[in-house]
Amino acid sequence: MFSLEKISIGVQTALNNSLPAFWALMAQFAIVGVLVISLFAVLGLVLVFMERKVSAYMQIRLGPNRVGYKGTAQTLADTLKLLVKEGLIPDGADKFLFRLAPYVVMISAMLLMAPIPFSRNFQIWDINIGVLYISAISSMAVIGILMAGWSSNNKYSLLGAMRSGAQIVSYELSAGLSVLSIVILSGSLQLSEIIQSQENGWWLFKGHIPAVIAFVIFIIAVTAETNRAPFDLAEAESELTAGFHTEYSGMRFALFFLAEYANIFIVCAIGATLFLGGWMPFHVGSWSAFNQIMDYIPGSIWFFGKTFLLIFVIMWFRWTFPRLRIDQLLNLEWKYLLPIGLINLLLITVMAILGWHF
Amino acid sequence: MGFLKNYIKTVYEAVSSLLKGMKRTGYYFTHHKEIITQSYPDNKDTMILPERFRGEVVMPHTDSNEHRCTGCTACELACPNGTIKIITKFEMTPEGKKKKALDTFVYHLELCTMCNLCIEACPTNAIKMAQNFEHSVYDRSQLTKTLNKEGSKLMEGVE
Repeated sequence: MFSLEKISIGVQTALNNSLPAFWALMAQFAIVGVLVISLFAVLGLVLVFMERKVSAYMQIRLGPNRVGYKGTAQTLADTLKLLVKEGLIPDGADKFLFRLAPYVVMISAMLLMAPIPFSRNFQIWDINIGVLYISAISSMAVIGILMAGWSSNNKYSLLGAMRSGAQIVSYELSAGLSVLSIVILSGSLQLSEIIQSQENGWWLFKGHIPAVIAFVIFIIAVTAETNRAPFDLAEAESELTAGFHTEYSGMRFALFFLAEYANIFIVCAIGATLFLGGWMPFHVGSWSAFNQIMDYIPGSIWFFGKTFLLIFVIMWFRWTFPRLRIDQLLNLEWKYLLPIGLINLLLITVMAILGWHF
Repeated sequence: MGFLKNYIKTVYEAVSSLLKGMKRTGYYFTHHKEIITQSYPDNKDTMILPERFRGEVVMPHTDSNEHRCTGCTACELACPNGTIKIITKFEMTPEGKKKKALDTFVYHLELCTMCNLCIEACPTNAIKMAQNFEHSVYDRSQLTKTLNKEGSKLMEGVE
């Protein structure tokens, strides 16, 4: 059976046999770096195409359908255009910060890739505080966004960046609380252990209604954190032209664009890992025959299937709901999501202590 | 307690209305037959335009080269941007009377906004909107058209 675990172990032993220990480690670093960068590039191409097709079908349109087979090469052509485009820097801009900002956003997205388990024992870095690491690093992207908005020397950019800051700071709380409820249920911060705890069923089903509420709050909060519609105040086209990346063009703009889609993938992967069992196949308690049939589908396919399902849901939100006003946005967080999340966390704690979950 | 009841009601209403919207977009996403986009140059032969689509003003002629235009210039007066210019002449009726008739119906397609006011103003239904929309030409002068055909005359009985 196809398994990413075997491939990684095979590569590791081959490197250890042929190279001294230090250079084998270096070669592994290089391989991981290349894999992460190429995954990002592929994700950018696939997700942009997916978004355009999904939005088209939801708006009763056809979407890209000319370049390549049924338009599949459209994003490739767009990338080529962005690559050859001139990267303009405005006269009044803070040139150093202006150049640095896209990389900060991109690197914070790349760092988040480290603890995500793609398959059984196929993980870059299985740290025992994986969930904490994710919630810490995911708030770093806002620094890059603020940097971009400030250095552009443009009122729209600055407004967009400030809005983005307010938004991420407030929605981080709800996302954290709903992540915490799963930490309480599984009793671990390590992502591989959280997945292992879902061997007899995913937390979404095992945790009764409180887990479902936590899941819904998580999805809403991460939609806001990734600055996507209906929470795209940071780049509200009709009010702020393009928000914090108004002045960016060419490859620097492409980096922001890519980071947005990489962030969507990452938050959906985390959601799939915490609530839907990550690479763990669909298992039902004690039905061992059913569980064995499910095990024939490789874990990586389960992982990517669940992640793309969540990505689709987030795209569905974007192409259905209108944008919120800034006061509505903060109302939603502070008056609804946060109190409900806190009470929900209490319920889950009681449930976990009394052992009411499956 | 009233506050709590209101609060729960707000949340319930918000969630149900959001789900209603998602149901609609989900329906469109799964039902591709609803797509209204036409892949234009490919389906040139089978393309179906809406009945009321306005492409350009034309003057229908019968087989015996007769039109319904009396040359009353109602359309010229109705036109908001001088698209239509009507040149009239005087014809002798069999009774020996002088009568105003249409000589040339000049139509500047390049000025036309397809507002349909001339068609509404016409008392004899002499002109109508055609569905042809492929108007691009290399020379601007080709867009100035004469709508009545060579040697055509007024249909019998149209006043």
